[in-house]
Amino acid sequence: MSAIPGRTIQVQAPGLLTTVQDLGRDGFGAIGVSPSGAADPIALRLGNRLVANAENAAGLEMTLTGGTFVFPEGAILALTGSDFGATLDGGAVKMWTSIEARPGQTLCLGGTRSGARCYLCVRGRIEVTPFLGSASTHLLTGLGGFEGRALRKGDVLHVGPAASPFRQRAIAAEATRHFSLRSVLRFTRGPQADWFSEAAMRSFSESTYRVGEQSNRMGLRLEGAPVPQISGRPMITEGVSLGAIQAPPGGLPIILFVDQQTTGGYPKIGNVISADLHRVGQLRPRDEIRFEQVTWEAARSLLVEQERTLGSGELLAE
Amino acid sequence: MATPPAEGARFRPASDRSLLVYLGERIALDAHERVRRLLLLLEAEPVAGVRNLHPAYCSLLVDFDALRMSHAELEAILRGYLDRLDDVTLPAPRELEIPTCYGGEFGPDLNELAALHGMTPDRVIELHASAGYLVYFLGFVPGFAYLGGLPGALATPRLAAPRRSVPAGSVGIAGDQTGVYPFATPGGWRLIGRTPIRMFRPDRGNMSFLSIGDRVRFTPISAARFAELDNR
Repeated sequence: MSAIPGRTIQVQAPGLLTTVQDLGRDGFGAIGVSPSGAADPIALRLGNRLVANAENAAGLEMTLTGGTFVFPEGAILALTGSDFGATLDGGAVKMWTSIEARPGQTLCLGGTRSGARCYLCVRGRIEVTPFLGSASTHLLTGLGGFEGRALRKGDVLHVGPAASPFRQRAIAAEATRHFSLRSVLRFTRGPQADWFSEAAMRSFSESTYRVGEQSNRMGLRLEGAPVPQISGRPMITEGVSLGAIQAPPGGLPIILFVDQQTTGGYPKIGNVISADLHRVGQLRPRDEIRFEQVTWEAARSLLVEQERTLGSGELLAE
Repeated sequence: MATPPAEGARFRPASDRSLLVYLGERIALDAHERVRRLLLLLEAEPVAGVRNLHPAYCSLLVDFDALRMSHAELEAILRGYLDRLDDVTLPAPRELEIPTCYGGEFGPDLNELAALHGMTPDRVIELHASAGYLVYFLGFVPGFAYLGGLPGALATPRLAAPRRSVPAGSVGIAGDQTGVYPFATPGGWRLIGRTPIRMFRPDRGNMSFLSIGDRVRFTPISAARFAELDNR
């Protein structure tokens, strides 16, 4: 288990949009810094556990189409999240399990076969200079991550020393079902829910929305039925929470996401529950979704249940 | 006898892991000072389980760990903090200058904004640079300060179609607010000038040039001076 110094990953092809992400930076909202972090944090956490990293270790987040990576010194790695049809030196590799790349082997990922994002976790984590305590990339401002940007061909990433002993592990197949894709996002009432009529709330819950092409880590633009407000009351800019569903006047809802603006001036009809935020991270442009309102109590117990599943011993098979 | 501050506060859950505390219902100095007092108190004596704080004009959004506490539990704790707001001393405001080159390529909306108000571009510059502004809060993106105190004669609605990218350092007007874009971001504010000051620098101890509560003035500079300061 001795750490081999100088392990690297060579980026032969970056994929459509690949960034370094951990679980984000909380606590800097007062200077306008949003948390960022993995769009599907559950996939990143499980990937890290498969390679015996801390759950919040930095990995690579790939979007819709993955990249090609060479491991000159070898690596222990895991792929989680959506299936991008990965191969190692041409042979198919399994998701949700730890695998070993021997020195010089090439990991190649293609287009997605399921959701929007696939995570590559490497034993020892991706090493970058932290910004405000986190390795996560905030693309809009070029802060954090690897030089504040998406990976490019020719980049060389450094892998840190492994901290703990490693044993081969896999996520039990039935366990991944708990976190599988769902087309219904559950939400709680937003702080301005009473700015919308009962009819508007009903229409919002009964409509099917399509994820717009311009969606990204800052927000998902939805296409479908507009959500009319009762009156055009002046809205005073206020803090916005992760997963807020804002409805501009006469416009279409937008879900604010991990790279979100920290404050906003549009009324919020609802907020995606914490237990469903990881599903938002797997939505692709043109995916169809619906919204289902739940109570505060339900939102809380769904989160508690999710964390219990994530913490249970049965999750990891060896 | 003064009304205890907690009675003036309104709580509203924003999500299953965040709570909005409204300390006023309009943009005003007293609400702003109460937001700052609560923020200072929460920064000085952090509440276990609170993950993030988002101050704004008259509210504070408090993100918390939903596995550790409920809205009601957090509200009860925050009420205790609100009862002590009067004991918080706000630091003396810093006075800062933002050198700004108005008009031309740096302020592509200056002429139109002047025309909208039936005044000359020079008069817009004179008015904008003569006022003292207050940093109500930082939000939107890192280091973006929402400045209050714009002369009423300059209040102008946002552009109908936001720009896809506004250059970093751009000075803009939106409604009765003015502000500086720290990064090249999309934006709908009307641009009247640009400052060479880096508004947010991760390599600086105080990353954000402006902080909540600062007093700010804009100083007109020439394009030559802009280039000089920009190259430093």
